Amino acid sequence: MAAQNLQPVPEALSPEEQERAAQLDAEGQAYFDHVMAQDSRIEPKDWMPAAYRKTLLRQISQHAHSEIIGMQPEANWISRAPSLKRKAILMAKVQDEAGHGLYLYSAAETLGQPRDKMMDDLIAGKARYSSIFNYPALTWADMGAIGWLVDGAAICNQVPLCRASYGPYGRAMVRICKEESFHQRQGFEILLELSNGTPAQKQMAQDAVNRWYAPALMMFGPPDDDSPNSKQSMAWNIKRFSNDELRSRFVGMMVEQVRVLGLTLPDSEVRFNDETRKWEHGPLDWEEFKEVLAGRGPCNAQRLERRREAHDDGAWVREAAAAYAAKQARKHAEKEFAA
Amino acid sequence: MNSESVTTPETYTEAHAAETTGHGDISVGVAGSGDSSASATRITPGNALRPEDIALEVRTGLVKPSEDAAEYALRLGDDALILAQRLGHWISRAPELEEDVALGNIALDQLGHARSFLSYAAGLDEKSEDDLAYFRREHEFRSAHLFEQPNGDFAVTIARQFVVSYYQFELYSRLTQSTDATLAAISAKAVKEVDYHRDHSAQWILRLALGTEESRARIIHGLKLIWPYVGELFVDDELTHRLAEAGTAVEPSSLKADFDRLTGEILTEAELEVPQVPFAPGGGRRGKHSEHLGYILAEMQVLAREHPGASW
Amino acid sequence: MTPHGNPEVPASSAGAVESSAAKVPAGPVSEPSASPVIEPSASPVIEPVEIPVSTSSTSGVSTSAVSTSSVSTGSTSEVSTSSTGNVWPLWEVFVRSSRGLSHVHAGSLHAPDAAMALRNARDLYTRRNEGVSIWVVPADAIAASDPDAKGSFFESPQGKDYRHATYYTKSEGVKHL
Ligand SMILES: [Fe+2]
Ligand SMILES: [Fe+2]
Ligand SMILES: [Fe+2]
Repeated sequence: MAAQNLQPVPEALSPEEQERAAQLDAEGQAYFDHVMAQDSRIEPKDWMPAAYRKTLLRQISQHAHSEIIGMQPEANWISRAPSLKRKAILMAKVQDEAGHGLYLYSAAETLGQPRDKMMDDLIAGKARYSSIFNYPALTWADMGAIGWLVDGAAICNQVPLCRASYGPYGRAMVRICKEESFHQRQGFEILLELSNGTPAQKQMAQDAVNRWYAPALMMFGPPDDDSPNSKQSMAWNIKRFSNDELRSRFVGMMVEQVRVLGLTLPDSEVRFNDETRKWEHGPLDWEEFKEVLAGRGPCNAQRLERRREAHDDGAWVREAAAAYAAKQARKHAEKEFAA
Repeated sequence: MNSESVTTPETYTEAHAAETTGHGDISVGVAGSGDSSASATRITPGNALRPEDIALEVRTGLVKPSEDAAEYALRLGDDALILAQRLGHWISRAPELEEDVALGNIALDQLGHARSFLSYAAGLDEKSEDDLAYFRREHEFRSAHLFEQPNGDFAVTIARQFVVSYYQFELYSRLTQSTDATLAAISAKAVKEVDYHRDHSAQWILRLALGTEESRARIIHGLKLIWPYVGELFVDDELTHRLAEAGTAVEPSSLKADFDRLTGEILTEAELEVPQVPFAPGGGRRGKHSEHLGYILAEMQVLAREHPGASW
Repeated sequence: MTPHGNPEVPASSAGAVESSAAKVPAGPVSEPSASPVIEPSASPVIEPVEIPVSTSSTSGVSTSAVSTSSVSTGSTSEVSTSSTGNVWPLWEVFVRSSRGLSHVHAGSLHAPDAAMALRNARDLYTRRNEGVSIWVVPADAIAASDPDAKGSFFESPQGKDYRHATYYTKSEGVKHL
């Protein structure tokens, strides 16, 4: 398909051409630096450093993949939602995540990568997505814990990205954050209902919080001193706060909220450090994080297979619609010609 | 477009970020710098009849269905509920992401109709929509077999959607004139949504039928699988006689001509024929269901039944 | 206007040649991996060589080959009927949020044709009452101004204060003026 028709690379540039190109690059870099310094926005056709483009493309596509794969653990519970109201809410929520994936793929496409290619990479196991979606959603309470903790952490991450330096990314995040606003609340509400429910329900809620808490904290990425590239991304304004900074903020919020829920966080070391003015938490198992990220999590294979299956099963439908469109266009052209 | 070209379009200020992170109301959190009223992301809940409104009216005794109306609402509610349950399965599995969203919307519409009808039916003996959805047994359901048919491939789902939406459109259009104000109100909301479902299915019928050889073969097969269950939709019985007489509903058979004509138009455009297959006897309205319903209910009800009396 | 969510094929700008195409500008070639969502640990995820658009679009223009290649996934008329042609083209969506207002760019989506693009746009971009009217435009039908010409293209209006009411101060205090 078209994606593979990459721009033809000029075979050889004459010395004059080379010089001209270098000059244009220098001008472009200067303008780019100016934009960064102003905390302004880069738009699709602007000159941008190759590394900036590459990092952005990876970040946005990974984010898109996370939205799409992230649909699965919750989609699995749509059919079993214990009330019709919850069923409607969950359906709308999972559907939103498809939309988020779509918005983000669109943003990534402005960098020159077709969605189709990104989807192929995902299915081929060549792309990454948030490792938290490789954990299983075992009980209904997981719908609460995912909404509260996972969407909560995602919102924490994403709200600052509404000001990302890349225009299409920031705009996608604005739309996404608006829609996310109900995701965390519905999760919180599920947990609250359970916590105020029967002992079995409360137990279910606590168990889910216990299982999702640490993976949610790890969604912010490795500790700052183990995240060598963060600095560059922050300089480029495509990352607004450090991993630890966001994680600490998130922990602080959860501490408040878990009390309202009448549940506890599975972390006896959570505390507010009066000196640093930051929230601290207990140690996280980064070995497990790396294992899951490397493909050795509970559901990695299952999640990819499900995406592959949907994509493959849909191929004939996409073909049919494309073929129909082509035929209609031809018919239309013939009519015009005849007229 | 001016506000789009400046460097700070609808971006969040830091203050907003702080608010919204702790989930302030994001819908008001985006103060567009500039032409914010032209924003393409301004969201509102709109105002329309919601299932909750029906439930409230029923609970407060404002409305109460007659025995016949309740039984009839069960039929409509069960049809929509079972279909929503089926369609929900597509979310995360559709042929393209755009279609995940489209089918999700249709499923949500159907679920909304189901909740309204069931909430109304539940008013007969002070139950709730959930009592009816989760704690009735298979033979107590009133869905027609068509709605219980498996999703199959996308063509089967579209074939089912095609029949369902053209049937529901004719039905709800007429029910807007019902002497039962609640049925009329629910139908008035539903008919608009179902009209869009008709369009969605018709668009796909055309594309699948006139797309590729494979898609054509599949939609022909899909229609053939679905068509035996068309007959049941238009069968009159004692209940519909009484309701039609009272002006509460219409005889299902009275919808058939329009259904045939309108679906026929689309099929002709798609160069398809009405499948020449015998109708199955059905029986869903009397609690005699397809083999599929048991599985659907087993999955749908399992959690609620593990915790009887619990609230969610 | 800068339609976002749009690869911005320079449909209008055939002419000059993308001379520095595929060249990487001098500068830090560190390998940043900074997704706040996922922190990649080891292997790179996306091959940089697959990024088709020039790293230096300073000349802002590409050869005509480009406008139908990497950035557009094929306009309707280009969709092949072959059995592998199952990639739908990209559309830009514009939504009028209420009567009396302009259509505003909302985002993009993929659809096989205009009819489906409109419906997909309805499903995707107006799920929360965001609009009362929708336009869809094939992404590759949009002609965009050259961002690198901003110096000259948008210079003229600068400094022409006399086009603005605020320039005329003598009438201050005079009613209804
Ligand atoms: Fe999301
Ligand atoms: Fe979400
Ligand atoms: Fe997300």
